[in-house]
Amino acid sequence: MNIDQNLLQPDKCVTCPSHNSIELMRLGVDMQDWDYVVGLAGNPNTGKSTIFNSLTGLRQHTGNWPGKTVSRMEGGYEYESTRYKVVDLPGAYSLLSTSIDEEIARNFILFGRPDVTVVVVDATRLERNLNLALQILEITDRAVLCLNLMDEANKHGIVIDERCLARDLGIPVVPTVARNQEGLPYLIQTIGDVASGKIKCNPYRSNKKIGEMSVIVKQLTEKLESIYPDLPNHRWLALRLLDGDSDIISALSEGKLQSLANSVK
Amino acid sequence: MEIGKSCRVIGINERCNGLERRRLLDLGILPGTLIKAEMQSPSGDPIAYRIRDTIIGLRKEQACLIEVIM
Ligand SMILES: Nc1nc2c(ncn2[C@@H]2O[C@H](COP(=O)(O)OP(=O)(O)OP(=O)(O)O)[C@@H](O)[C@H]2O)c(=O)[nH]1
Ligand SMILES: [Mg+2]
Repeated sequence: MNIDQNLLQPDKCVTCPSHNSIELMRLGVDMQDWDYVVGLAGNPNTGKSTIFNSLTGLRQHTGNWPGKTVSRMEGGYEYESTRYKVVDLPGAYSLLSTSIDEEIARNFILFGRPDVTVVVVDATRLERNLNLALQILEITDRAVLCLNLMDEANKHGIVIDERCLARDLGIPVVPTVARNQEGLPYLIQTIGDVASGKIKCNPYRSNKKIGEMSVIVKQLTEKLESIYPDLPNHRWLALRLLDGDSDIISALSEGKLQSLANSVK
Repeated sequence: MEIGKSCRVIGINERCNGLERRRLLDLGILPGTLIKAEMQSPSGDPIAYRIRDTIIGLRKEQACLIEVIM
C-alpha cells in the first residue's frame, strides 16, 4: 500500500479502488487481547457506527437520525499483525454539559484512556462539529480527525483545506465517505501510526491561557493528583470543579470518581 | 414561537449560567445564530428547532432563556 506518511498530506488517491484493498481482518466481538484501544467519538449522526461496522464487521444500528447509539459497543480488527479494540460511542455535542447518552461518551473518552480517539465529524457542518473536537483535544494527546460525509460536502460545493485543518488542530485529518468505505484504509493506517507513535500529535489547546486562575488550577490539580494518582486528566477535572460541574462534584464527594474510571475499562 | 417561524439569537439570559449556559452554547446557540421552529411534540413541549443546520429539541424552560429578535 502506498501511503504518504506525512500527516499534513492526506493521500489524494483515497477514492481509487486499488487503494482501498488492504489486509484488514475483521474480528467482530471476538476480542481477547488487544494492542491498542480506539474510541470513535463525534456529534450525533456523523457516521461513527458506519465506520465501526466497516472496521469490525459487526452490525451496529445505523440510520439517518441522531441518537441511535445509546450505549458503548465494542469490537475489533487486526491490521499488520496489530490488534485494535474499537469502541463505538453515542453521539455527543459536548464533554462539558452532558445528557445521559453523552455521559457514556464523556466517561469513556475521559477515563477509558483510549490509545487513539477518532473524532468523526460531519464535513458539511464543520463549525458545529469542531466544538466537540476541540473539547476532546483538551484531554487527549492522540487523536485523528475523520472528515466524514465528504460526498455530501462535495455535493454542496464545500471545500475543506485539510492540510490547514491538520496543522491548526495539530492532529492528522482523514477525509472519508464511510458509507462507500472510501478513505477507510487511510484511516486505519493513520490510527495505527498515531497509536504506535509514528505520527506525533500536538493538539490545539484553547484553555492554555487562563491568566490569574492558573495558580488556583495548579493547586487543585496537584491535590487531585495526590488523592487520585491513578486517574487521568487531573487538570481537566480541576477545571470542571471550578466550573461547578455537578456530576464531577458529586462523583468526587461520594468517592465514586475512581469507580467511574474503573467502570469504563 | 410558532412552528415555521425563524428568529435570530441576541444572547442568553443572565439568569442562565454555569452548565445550563454552557449547554446552550455547546448546542451552537450564540449571538447571531438563526433558529427556526420546525416541529412540536404532541404536548407542545419540547419543540424541535433547526439550529446551525441540525435539528435540536429544546424544552420550554430552556428556550425561554434564549433572547432573540424575530
Ligand atoms: N452520504 C453519506 N452518508 C453517510 C456517510 N457515512 C454515514 N452515512 C449515513 O449517515 C447516517 C448516520 O450514520 P451512523 O453511522 O448511524 O451515525 P452515528 O454517528 O453512529 O449516529 P449516532 O449513533 O446516532 O450518533 C446513516 O444513514 C449512514 O448511512 C457518508 O460518508 N456519506
Ligand atoms: Mg451510532
